[in-house]
Amino acid sequence: MSWTEIAFWVVAPYLTLVILVGGLMWRHRYDKFGWTTRSSELYESRLLRIGSPLFHFGLLFVILGHVFGLVIPESWTGAVGMSESLYHVIALVVGGVAGVCTLAGIALLIYRRRTRGPVFMATTRNDKMMYVVLVAAILAGLMTTLLSAAFQAHDYRQTVSPWFRGIFVLQPDAGAMIRAPWTFKLHTLVGMLLIALFPFTRLVHAFAAPVGYLFRPYVVYRSRGAGDHPAVRAPRPGWDR
Amino acid sequence: MTRVMAHIAMVMNLDKCIGCHTCSVTCKQAWTNRSGMEYVWFNNVETRPGLGYPRRYQDQEKWKGGWELDRKGRLTLKSGGRLRRLLSIFANPIMPSIHDYYEPWTYDYENLTSAPLSADTPVAPPRSLISNEPMAVRWSANWDDDLGGGPALASRDPVVERIGDRVRLDFENAFMFYLPRICEHCINPACVAACPSGAMYKRSEDGIVLVDQDRCRGWRMCVTGCPYKKVYFNHKTGKAEKCTFCYPRVEVGLPTVCSETCVGRLRYLGVILYDADRVTEAASVPDDRDLYEAQLSLFLDPRDPEVAEAAARSGIPDDWMAAARRSPIHDLIMKYRIALPLHPEYRTMPMVWYVPPLSPVVDALAGSGHDGEDAGNLFGAIETLRIPVEYLAELFTAGDPAPVTASLRRLAAMRAHMRRINLGEEPDPSIGARAGLTRDDIDGMYRLLALARYDERYVIPTAYAAQPGSVEEIGCSLDYDGGPGMTGPFGEASGQPVPVAIENFHSLKQRQTSEGVTHERVNLLNWDGKGVPKGMFPEKEDR
Repeated sequence: MSWTEIAFWVVAPYLTLVILVGGLMWRHRYDKFGWTTRSSELYESRLLRIGSPLFHFGLLFVILGHVFGLVIPESWTGAVGMSESLYHVIALVVGGVAGVCTLAGIALLIYRRRTRGPVFMATTRNDKMMYVVLVAAILAGLMTTLLSAAFQAHDYRQTVSPWFRGIFVLQPDAGAMIRAPWTFKLHTLVGMLLIALFPFTRLVHAFAAPVGYLFRPYVVYRSRGAGDHPAVRAPRPGWDR
Repeated sequence: MTRVMAHIAMVMNLDKCIGCHTCSVTCKQAWTNRSGMEYVWFNNVETRPGLGYPRRYQDQEKWKGGWELDRKGRLTLKSGGRLRRLLSIFANPIMPSIHDYYEPWTYDYENLTSAPLSADTPVAPPRSLISNEPMAVRWSANWDDDLGGGPALASRDPVVERIGDRVRLDFENAFMFYLPRICEHCINPACVAACPSGAMYKRSEDGIVLVDQDRCRGWRMCVTGCPYKKVYFNHKTGKAEKCTFCYPRVEVGLPTVCSETCVGRLRYLGVILYDADRVTEAASVPDDRDLYEAQLSLFLDPRDPEVAEAAARSGIPDDWMAAARRSPIHDLIMKYRIALPLHPEYRTMPMVWYVPPLSPVVDALAGSGHDGEDAGNLFGAIETLRIPVEYLAELFTAGDPAPVTASLRRLAAMRAHMRRINLGEEPDPSIGARAGLTRDDIDGMYRLLALARYDERYVIPTAYAAQPGSVEEIGCSLDYDGGPGMTGPFGEASGQPVPVAIENFHSLKQRQTSEGVTHERVNLLNWDGKGVPKGMFPEKEDR
């Protein structure tokens, strides 16, 4: 195993995880105020209303597909009577449709961002860099799906999936990953880059998904905070009165 | 046992509002003079009949604000239940766009000095603050002020539409009044209920509804949820912002900025106690017209020993109880019953109430050659001038004219009674009696409404026990690092927010303490309001 292979398939995944977790903790502590969707709906809503749900719902199915393909071992689906070819047809159809929706959504969103003046003005360099990586990840992912549809289907549940699961039990099977075709390797690498970018871009809003809303009472009460002082925020470093 | 909660509420006496917009301007200067907030008016003054701000916000069939009863009679958000809200989170389908407010603009002042020599005087052309492009100014926050735009605009007022066609030409001569609006700080706030992140909350001590800027994630559901459209989206920071009831001032016993600066002295602030356990029940009464009475039934009498005992058990401090007993709000709402809630049919239980204006009636009388302050004429006119009363009823009592008429009759009785006294005539006890008022009631109302002394208009207990003289507004503490214009690593929308007061404090100080004159040129058009560009102020001198 060459040192690049070790760097890519053993070091990089852990580096990604460390950056993701550490970055999120840092962002949470330091920049809660910046933790937002930075919505541009106020400027333009017609294109957004089509593009954004298309992209986000597509993405939710894509994520679901990734969980299904990466986390659940082939032996389990086999045990419930799902043949390898059936699995592949399902994965192709669902993954293909979801992937195309996601791509169409992001294409529309980027078109909107570029052509609608106020939206473009509110776009930072950070955003642009993020879009490049995001689109690259989606394209590479779609490519793996489409190529395996057009040519020889590669059973990534023999290669990528064991490697992925190995990461979380601290035994990353780099050998398995090396056997995967280059398209899968490319998608995995761009994916890791994207994950590492999450805490430092607007993508961080994904970690604010308001699931708790379904379970909390409608009206939230909060105390001003007891004590003989006006309402204050937590002390911050710097000058004091 | 009842769970007693205290609420700091506001009442506005619409008879006295002259539509000068001082409240709006001072509020804007204090709270929303920042980039991203150009279009935001925590306080605005609308001419009624008129479209309001944002345009036609009262049309809840379109904007879906507030609550409604579902088929089983339970309270749900008009824009849909929790799951439906979450499913529409990727693009809120019913949020006003910037064009429903107005596109904020500035002027390209540089053109005044840099335009080439020509026969015409150069002008400063308007430029959009949203797109930086040249724009034609077509609308703003009070474009239809004083019925500007005429019947064409005023007839599109959703309230006028509800009353029906017949008023369209009539009201134009009959009446017009001003309606200053701030956040209603509702007891049953729909914005709080709509917030997916749980960033919006109602303070349990004083009922003020606030947005936690650190927890807001910019989902914008609150903008949809609020039927009064008083939660705004800051398009620079990507966070919701709303009227804070000037809590830093109220906490130390000062009135809000809009109240303090009101030249008409028409705003009242005080404590009112309510039964927190019965809020949902009161907000779910089947008939919209019962909501006013239902909300009245929530309020508790601070002089009642049982209430005092329950309040003590609920942890309400003694000085708050003392303030509640002196509260002008309690008197106007409960004792004299002249203040009414704005759009109770939204079922949010609003807490900024209004004394309806009698002036349209007096004006109509005077205009037709009658004595506008004679008790007989006034009482008769309130009954016959159907249109103002119907209009006011649509605003304040979900269309039920009885409470509006009763309130106007009391105001008329006070006016007629006091005129007799001013003219040196014998007071006529029958005038008050016809409106259900005693001599003492009239004196009390006169004191509160006409004399309106500062310390009787504003009875605000401080938020915490403190040594006399040690309570100060927090505004200008310098307990933050960086300084004005400090930004986080990801541009101006990240990092710690700079308190508004501190931004203002620094720029003012710099302007007032520098001696030199600057020769640098700043293009204000390209200045986004953040930080201090070089040349805006003279150089700071080292001492």
